[in-house]
Amino acid sequence: MYKILEKQVLSDVTKLMVIEAPHVAKKAKAGQFIIVKIDEQGERIPLTIADYDSNAGTITIIFQEVGQSTMHLGTLEPGDMLATFAGPLGHPTEIENFGTVVCVGGGVGIAPVYPIARALKQAGNTVISIIGARSKDLLFWEDKMRSVSDEFHVCTDDGSHGRKCLVTDPLKEILEARKGSVAKVWAIGPAIMMKFVTLATKPFNVPTIVSLNTIMIDGTGMCGGCRVLLDEGAKFVCVDGPEFDGHKVDWTSLLSRLQYYREEEHAAIEHWKHHCNLEKAITDGGK
Amino acid sequence: MAKLDPKERMKIPRQPMPNQDAVIRSGNFEEVALGYTEETMRKEAERCLQCKKPACVEGCPVGVLIPQFILALREGNMTKAVEAMKVKNNLPAICGRVCPQEVQCEGKCIVGKKGEPVAIGRLERYVGDFELAHRTCPLAAAPATGKKIAVVGTGPAGLTCAVDMAREGHKVTMFESLHGAGGVLVYGIPEFRLPKGVVFGEINYAVDCLGIDIKTDHVVGRSVSLNELLGEYDAVFLGTGAGLPSFMRIPGINLNGVMSANEFLTRVNLMKGYLFPEYSTPVKTGKRVAVVGAGNVAMDAARCSARMQALQAKQTNGDKGEVHIVYRRSKDEIPARGEEVHHAEEEGIIFDLLTNPIEILGDSTGKVVGIRCIRMELGEPDASGRRKPVAIEGSEFEMEMDTVIMALGTSPNPLVFVDADGLERTKYGTAVADTTTGRTRKQRVWAGGDVVTGAATVISAMGAGKRAAADMHKFLKGEAPW
Ligand SMILES: Cc1cc2nc3c(=O)[nH]c(=O)nc-3n(C[C@H](O)[C@H](O)[C@H](O)COP(=O)(O)OP(=O)(O)OC[C@H]3O[C@@H](n4cnc5c(N)ncnc54)[C@H](O)[C@@H]3O)c2cc1C
Ligand code: FES
Repeated sequence: MYKILEKQVLSDVTKLMVIEAPHVAKKAKAGQFIIVKIDEQGERIPLTIADYDSNAGTITIIFQEVGQSTMHLGTLEPGDMLATFAGPLGHPTEIENFGTVVCVGGGVGIAPVYPIARALKQAGNTVISIIGARSKDLLFWEDKMRSVSDEFHVCTDDGSHGRKCLVTDPLKEILEARKGSVAKVWAIGPAIMMKFVTLATKPFNVPTIVSLNTIMIDGTGMCGGCRVLLDEGAKFVCVDGPEFDGHKVDWTSLLSRLQYYREEEHAAIEHWKHHCNLEKAITDGGK
Repeated sequence: MAKLDPKERMKIPRQPMPNQDAVIRSGNFEEVALGYTEETMRKEAERCLQCKKPACVEGCPVGVLIPQFILALREGNMTKAVEAMKVKNNLPAICGRVCPQEVQCEGKCIVGKKGEPVAIGRLERYVGDFELAHRTCPLAAAPATGKKIAVVGTGPAGLTCAVDMAREGHKVTMFESLHGAGGVLVYGIPEFRLPKGVVFGEINYAVDCLGIDIKTDHVVGRSVSLNELLGEYDAVFLGTGAGLPSFMRIPGINLNGVMSANEFLTRVNLMKGYLFPEYSTPVKTGKRVAVVGAGNVAMDAARCSARMQALQAKQTNGDKGEVHIVYRRSKDEIPARGEEVHHAEEEGIIFDLLTNPIEILGDSTGKVVGIRCIRMELGEPDASGRRKPVAIEGSEFEMEMDTVIMALGTSPNPLVFVDADGLERTKYGTAVADTTTGRTRKQRVWAGGDVVTGAATVISAMGAGKRAAADMHKFLKGEAPW
């Protein structure tokens, strides 16, 4: 069992938790992920490592409440226990001094992009960061991102904060203005955003690393449920990734695979809500 | 019973295994084979001729003392039966249920030359179940030796090695990447064939009676590496199995609705997807399922599919649908246990033999709608001695399907080889290890089970764990230097 030590509400639907998991923290690196399962009935879901402290033995996760498992996780409080917390999984980000790099974080993707930007900065890169979300209340860690960036851009779809645009707009301007000098781009966020980032960088021929969040079960190469189509054939995101050359990813296949369990996800949410309400009614009734 | 002569023994018919009715059971996940009663067990035990040179023992990969345990059963001496069994086999309740007896012990049985062989597997299960039900702590573990052992993987190979080492007084810690122990016995083989209670019985015994520590959620190669384990432990056993699924290299493999048998079975068994939404992991089983392959894994996937279809049909008041096994050779070459094939047929699984998929067809949304197959015929025997299937030109045809499950064999997971320099691997990805001692090419590291042989059987994994433990113990006592 793994204890939740801390919880922060970053937005209505975005939460941060610090988990006591020394066996994961000892080796964790930027770019890797963990698998969490809340309780006996829970499913195994992957979450990217947003931060880690190997001395304290803790891992920070940030998640958006989009499905039944993340909704349930969001209701837990410090002191509560998680049944499963396995990792660190996947390959760490390859950090070097590349020169000038751009880090793009969209929505909850800001969380995993932060430790990468920080590590790139520490390695001597000039780090340009772009973060974005649908609206202001979905943004978080703006200060943290700014503190590890040489140049910083914020955008929202609705203009409620920063510039009203998509992350690809400042990205294109930067690539245009600094033609030939941007060595690499990292993009982490919703699949559709990553797809458009790779489309934006393609004409400039700038290598673009994306971190894929496919459906997973074991996270260790055992099921193949996480597979993604690349130019060279199918790969397992959990062991071969989660980072890939975004220009090689078959986004149509990826996006359709992400939708596959949609109906079941709705059913799970309905069931869970019903169950929660019942429990609440019982405890309230008993008072 | 009065003493019988061989002729009389040969006249006793093989005692049938009582089974759950085929129609009822294909709608539930409860165990199919219900086990012998004491009476049928005794009758069956009387059929054994107690051969001087028991061929059955030669047929057993670990040489279980078959005539001895059957004689004890006949005498009604359960303690003696258990003792005889345990000399070579730690897991009789499991092996009795899942061993391919017809090609091992029972395949060699002399009684079987004229009639039906002695039901050695069923008797083995009887002994195992009796022992599990009556086993109590504390158990004879030797005094502590002060040596620390790490066992990676909690399948039959790891579990056997761990238990034998703990009984010798060594302190054993097991590492498992999943959230529960048991390996394939838990995530792969379904409840209706091997009730999880049986497996948990063995695991609890290891933990409660022998003080073995099981660290789940620890992925060796990621959370901790083999080299790091060697820094902390006196010896390491690798029983990480062969869990990496393979997919056919045909078009359409990434469509929605195509999955590995490992994924499907993990969702159903380990994650208890058949209890969705009570349990959160969903399982999508379509109305028309094609399972490609015909090994045990394929039979399990097909029979789980049929059960999932039945559960869904009950909920929606709809019709059940169809499950097909698609296999490129003929019935004679089917590698699954005979009993499973028979049960699958009884449960209405359709066998499309001498048929090979060449393409998976999808719709515009990326979902499976069918498979394109080609008919096969058997040609000359190949290196494995089996007749090689050859495609019949121009025989392509299509079948409507919405789910395709690939059960085509697996290979060892490479993660354990990370930061493990000196641990040699074959071109098939299996660890190189001595077959009698289990020693790998890396000092103080032993390996056994599927990680060495590639996907094989529970009994051979169990045997490899046992042999490795024996050698490891000798090594630690200084009797067998590296
Ligand atoms: C669906 C199915 C049905 C089968 N039916 C039969 C049958 O009827 N009869 C029969 O005899 N055999 C059957 N088999 C085969 C049999 O189950 C295997 O041969 C046997 O379980 C192998 O045992 P093992 O201990 O080597 O490995 P496994 O049982 O595979 O156990 C390996 C364990 O190691 C863990 N692991 C892997 N890598 C790591 C790592 N890096 N760090 C930590 N842990 C790790 C895995 O999670 C797993 O728990 C079947 C297999 C399957 C998949
Ligand atoms: S999540 Fe199962 S193989 Fe990647």
